Amino acid sequence: MKPFTYERVGSPAEAAEAAARRPDARFIAGGTNLLDLMKLQIEAPAHLIDVNGLALDKIEATPEGGLRIGALVRNTDLAADPRVRRDYGVLTRALLAGASGQLRNRATTAGNLLQRTRCPYFYDTNMACNKRRPGSGCSAIGGVTRQHAVVGASDACIATHPSDMAVAMRVLDATVETVKPQGATRTVPIAEFHRLPGDTPHVDSALEAGEFITAVTLPKPVGGSQHYRKVRDRASYAFALVSVAAIVQPDGSGRVALGGVAHKPWRMEAADAAIAGGASAVTARLFAEAKPTEHNAFKLPLAERALSSVLAEARG
Amino acid sequence: MKFDTPATINPIDQLKVIGQPVDRIDGRLKTTGAAPYAYERHDVAPNQAYGHVLGSAIAKGRITSMDVTEAEAAPGVLAVVTAENAGKVGKGKFNAARLLGGPEIEHYHQAIALVVAGTFEQARHATSLIRVNYAPSKGAFDLAAAKDSAKPAQGTNSEADSKVGDFEGAFASAPVKLDATYTTPDQGHAMMEPHASIAAWEGDKLTIWTSNQMIDWSTGDLAKTLGISKDLVHLVSPFVGGGFGGKLWVRADALLAALGARATKRPVKVALTRPLMFNNTVHRPATIQRLRIGATRDGKITAIGHESWSGNLPGGKPETAVNQTRILYAGPHRLTATRLAFLDLPEGNAMRAPGEAPGMMALEIAMDEMAEKLSLDPVEFRIRNDTQVDPEKPGRKFSQRRLVECLRTGAERFGWAARKEPKAVRDGRWLVGLGMAAAYRAAPVNKSAARVRLDASGVVTVETDMTDIGTGSYTIIAQTAAEMMGVPLHKVVVRLGDSSYPVSAGSGGQWGANSATSGVYAACIKLREAVVAKLGLNASEARFADGQVLSAHRAIALSEAARDRELVAEDAIEFGDLAKKSQLATFGAHFVEVGVDTATAEVRLRRMLVVCAAGRILNPKSARSQVIGSMTMGAGAALMEELAVDRRHGFFVNHDLAGYEVPVHADIPHQEVIFLDETDPMSSPMKAKGVGELGICGVAAAIANAIHNATGIRVREYPITLDKLLNAMPAPA
Repeated sequence: MKPFTYERVGSPAEAAEAAARRPDARFIAGGTNLLDLMKLQIEAPAHLIDVNGLALDKIEATPEGGLRIGALVRNTDLAADPRVRRDYGVLTRALLAGASGQLRNRATTAGNLLQRTRCPYFYDTNMACNKRRPGSGCSAIGGVTRQHAVVGASDACIATHPSDMAVAMRVLDATVETVKPQGATRTVPIAEFHRLPGDTPHVDSALEAGEFITAVTLPKPVGGSQHYRKVRDRASYAFALVSVAAIVQPDGSGRVALGGVAHKPWRMEAADAAIAGGASAVTARLFAEAKPTEHNAFKLPLAERALSSVLAEARG
Repeated sequence: MKFDTPATINPIDQLKVIGQPVDRIDGRLKTTGAAPYAYERHDVAPNQAYGHVLGSAIAKGRITSMDVTEAEAAPGVLAVVTAENAGKVGKGKFNAARLLGGPEIEHYHQAIALVVAGTFEQARHATSLIRVNYAPSKGAFDLAAAKDSAKPAQGTNSEADSKVGDFEGAFASAPVKLDATYTTPDQGHAMMEPHASIAAWEGDKLTIWTSNQMIDWSTGDLAKTLGISKDLVHLVSPFVGGGFGGKLWVRADALLAALGARATKRPVKVALTRPLMFNNTVHRPATIQRLRIGATRDGKITAIGHESWSGNLPGGKPETAVNQTRILYAGPHRLTATRLAFLDLPEGNAMRAPGEAPGMMALEIAMDEMAEKLSLDPVEFRIRNDTQVDPEKPGRKFSQRRLVECLRTGAERFGWAARKEPKAVRDGRWLVGLGMAAAYRAAPVNKSAARVRLDASGVVTVETDMTDIGTGSYTIIAQTAAEMMGVPLHKVVVRLGDSSYPVSAGSGGQWGANSATSGVYAACIKLREAVVAKLGLNASEARFADGQVLSAHRAIALSEAARDRELVAEDAIEFGDLAKKSQLATFGAHFVEVGVDTATAEVRLRRMLVVCAAGRILNPKSARSQVIGSMTMGAGAALMEELAVDRRHGFFVNHDLAGYEVPVHADIPHQEVIFLDETDPMSSPMKAKGVGELGICGVAAAIANAIHNATGIRVREYPITLDKLLNAMPAPA
């Protein structure tokens, strides 16, 4: 861990200003991912801006009938919120499928979106990794790739995004609210928040330097039968091989996002439109451009089968 | 004390304390965090400095240059120890690779430097400032590719080849036969407590507080590596947070702490970080195993052959996966072969039930496959091929062999009769299957010594260098002394894990419980003699009970014998050739119910049961903990544990606990453990054997067989992850 300086800030604007002053800084909230990465020298910020004191820990109704989730709402609290449980069941299910109770108590909504890949080559600083050290190459390609992306990857990076929550946020069409260092605010649709790796895999999200997430907003409830199915090697405390977030309406329409298959939660309008045609119609569209490896080709039939099971359950 | 004739009635048979399910005497210390583990010994030496280890970034080759100037100049840094400046560093008898590498590199994450600094953070940061240039060379990292180059190899206690009768002829002519190949992956010990040590020099004397299973071996090996006399090393390891074989040896933490302390003239503490442990230390090596079994149509084995291939660094040993096949089932024509290839992966070595654990993973699937070919119930097939004598040497019997009773009891208690043909049982979204396997693990014994003291308050203190690696050694040793001296448990103090104490058998190979308590038995016999002599009693009629020594007409408090001066007795149990004349082994039967998700092929355990016949159970509570722990480890082996090899760079990629998955609570269902009531007078005066490793032997195969029963799919490559089932699963509903 590189020595670093540390400050606490009292408002989002202060957070953004502090970030503007120190381009070598990172925000720290729950720290459940950042501290691990700092210990391994994968992240080496010279300065930490502690945002835990900000009053961003509320979940409030929006005038549009949705919910505005403060950036610092802990995963445990978000999963347990009665409105979330009632109207956004896929989100509660996804949250509870992730990490462990202890981690969820600490991890925040914004931090969850910003967690970094679990690619083992990203985690080993002896290995080339374009995400960790731009331009150094990708050791995962041609290596052990059972966990890696099957779609949307590039020659520079085949990592996946590890979050469960983000997959549910994607299927719910959440919006990310931010403030920039100069104080300007903006909203980013979740679909545009996470990026595909392309030739700049070190850039995980649409956030600009120093830009700070203040909230994540859910649109008004869409109803339907809401599911999150996480498939993994052990029954708890493991990252998804494949996960399925799905909302199925009584009329047979619905939406589907997949986790564990790409650099971001994987959803397509064309695939949603095919949901009445069954799982294979959906995954055929989601995986039209898939390029799996020998180690992870199983994710394609696995996602289809998991979705098939979810749809069967949704339709009773 | 020589043990060379079968045990007769002795004070242990009273079973007032021994055989009782008493709580761990060290339980309170552990649950309150007061048990001092090695890295936490802030109290033992003042002014401790912190060491941090740098591991090699390549698997094989040479360091061409190493620049430590920036690291040395970093804040707080006291020393940077490398092979270049460490002086002459040798290699222990039990190590294949050197613990401090450079300039030659033998495996990935081999330690090449230790940075010592005033704080842990300073040491860790400075380590990252060391610049190393390497000249990598080509290595062999793929067991399957190296298999054909493998050579016959002996294990520690086994031959490279065994042959009885005419295996090839008998197999060729057998009416029913199986020829199948199975693989087991490299596995990590993944114990909770990392390897950790604190070293302090006083002149030329070294004290090392560490986490180690075998005090005497490791005292010797640390001295040998440092090039100093063994009696200059004092090694202390009273508590061990899990070892599973990974701490049988001296590892880099201990050596580097000693070198760092020598360089800085301060006590130095070193723990291996979790991401370093998997490649820096040792692991259970992967195997490829070929099983050939031939049988008559009525299910009598006529030919059984088991060949195993594994790989290791030069100087390393093979995984002896065929040993149980020499002895477990009858059959006149037999063959085993153990082959070893050179691999440049980290060193392979012992992990819980080395040999039998992976060997039974293969053999017991093969037995299930044969039973299926024969249309025989797998329990019945094993019963038909039971043997009461060593099948290679029919004149040699087992001291105790109640495999059939284990199988029958288990089948009865588990409800085995309800088992259906494959794919027949469905429960909601789950395909449900039952599977079973035999359990077998040898029960070796080793010389073990102890010292026993009696003081004026009637407290009995036991000292032996035996270790408690979470197994319950403290408690069963206290029970032994309490039984022998006729005192309640709270009047016994047990001191373990210190090289200044008499040399015990240590913790390994499931020999620890039986051997170490027998050593305490021997010492207590001597102490009883001293007490009787001191009190002027007739030795033949004295009884020790309720804190008193009783003879025909008198009852004297035990403490009286030590009123003037503490009484001290020391002895060792030394085993004669009883274990050669008859085969000492432990037996069991595993039964498992699994559910396999019809859509995703995820496997979840629903029930587990084991019946163990393992001699006298010294403490049913701690023994049960050992067995359920090993069943859990076997479940990991069956379903998830695999050190994934990057065959280009030559290392285990998933080198942390997020990547190397071991079972969590949610993976493990109710586990039932049944011990058959057994004593084995051939084993020791305790008439015990061991259970710490029996429980892992066979359980993975029972799970594999249950998966087959649920799905009809036979997977022969462990771990049985869902990707190996998916293609053959029925289409989802």
